[in-house]
Amino acid sequence: METFAFYFLAISITILFTITVWSKNILNAMTALAAGMILISGLFFILRADFLGVVQLIVYVGAVMALYAFGMMFFDATGTVKEKNRPNFTVLLLGVLTAVLLVGIFTAPTLINGVPSFYPEMAGATNPQAVGLVLFTKYLVPFEVAAIMLLVAMIAGIILAGKKMDNSISRMSEEELKAQLEKDSK
Amino acid sequence: MDGYIVGTIIKAILVLAIISALAGFGTYIERKILAFMQRRLGPMHVGPYGLLQLAADGIKLFTKEDFIPSGANKFIFMLAPVITAATAFIALAAVPLLPEFNLFGIEVRPIISDLNIGILFVLGMMAAGLYGPLLAGMSQRNKWGLLGSARTAIQFLSYEVVTGLSLLAPIMIVGSLSLIDFNNYQSGGITHWLIWQQPLAFILFIIAGFAETNRTPFDLLEHEAEIVAGYATEYSGMRWGMFFIGEYANMITIGFLAALIFFGGFNSWGFIPGGLAIILKVSFFFFLMLWVRASWPHIRPDQLMWLCWKVLMPLAVINVTLTGLWMMI
Repeated sequence: METFAFYFLAISITILFTITVWSKNILNAMTALAAGMILISGLFFILRADFLGVVQLIVYVGAVMALYAFGMMFFDATGTVKEKNRPNFTVLLLGVLTAVLLVGIFTAPTLINGVPSFYPEMAGATNPQAVGLVLFTKYLVPFEVAAIMLLVAMIAGIILAGKKMDNSISRMSEEELKAQLEKDSK
Repeated sequence: MDGYIVGTIIKAILVLAIISALAGFGTYIERKILAFMQRRLGPMHVGPYGLLQLAADGIKLFTKEDFIPSGANKFIFMLAPVITAATAFIALAAVPLLPEFNLFGIEVRPIISDLNIGILFVLGMMAAGLYGPLLAGMSQRNKWGLLGSARTAIQFLSYEVVTGLSLLAPIMIVGSLSLIDFNNYQSGGITHWLIWQQPLAFILFIIAGFAETNRTPFDLLEHEAEIVAGYATEYSGMRWGMFFIGEYANMITIGFLAALIFFGGFNSWGFIPGGLAIILKVSFFFFLMLWVRASWPHIRPDQLMWLCWKVLMPLAVINVTLTGLWMMI
């Protein structure tokens, strides 16, 4: 049953991401991306990592939704996008080689030794508890570094986007709006 | 093992049948209650007190011509309503609907899948449900549809943070993500309900819940007075109906979540047995949604973003911090 589920999910995910890469319609591409991301959470459920599966689901549903918002602004969703870049053999070769290399690097240790588990399953600990214990003991430093990086990104985002946050266009009177537009055009 | 699979399939079919029937019945209740609040009669002509209006609507929806606009992206246009309806029912899979009971000597647990991360699963699935309106609006090549899906995106990005943060404080108190643990934590009677410990979290959750189910005052996605019907402009017949089955199923799910997390779930309530207690609570939340719809006008999209990011999210963060301090001391 689990083998069947794994192959079903793996093949679907591969097909969906292929569509994401090849499709010239922005709507098809993004929908395939979202569906693929949601199906990946199925792989986590098969591995009994329920918590990570749900986190994958929630994070990527939101992230791809933001991508849709950009797609809506920049492209005609029902038309096809005219791409200017011609097929480039060197880029293709390098890309495929990198992908093969990465797969090799990540599978080699497991092929040789099997997968040794540094933190074996704790009896009685539920999924989120197990994640929390490992996160706040062994991986505390990477966790804090990631937190600082996110803080930096958040501050940068607020500074970039928040320049004119205090004056809301929808609350201005007609004169104020005109004055604002003239000021902006200068 | 085989019994488990068969039992799960039976439960899934029962939940699907009962909730979709209730969702249909919900439209009748909604019209009746709105009519009562506006001093009208509501549906009266088909059957006694208009009860058969439901059947008439069903016949109309099933027999109406199902057309797809010529410029639309056909596959995604057809897929979108299915996403809304399907995710609404998948979300219900992790919700314990009634207390355990015995049927012909077999102990029945009325929950399809008891995940130990139940709350997150339900919220994640309901979030995925918003892809329905988003894809519907974008695929139909209609400017009102596109506006509807743009509003879906901003609504989703606004309320999602508030939902998660508001539920974090009760999760910290109970120390579990399973809805059954939430229910058992509050088994000591009405004084043990989490609403007394977390009133702010409840208010934030119910506001975000209204945004999640597109109820007034947050029904920006398809507001008739502004953008025709928003994402549903080009839909007709059963495809249109599926959006609404999904919406009403989501309303029921939010009712169950509010009852389970804050209002003691399916513990028996004085002399009222647990099964009836939770049905009464969910009915009350359903009624609350209709009551609010009759009482309040809807708000603008920028007001929704202002409310979620500048008012509700700081409040939720303060609530989480205070709960943490209170638990440490």
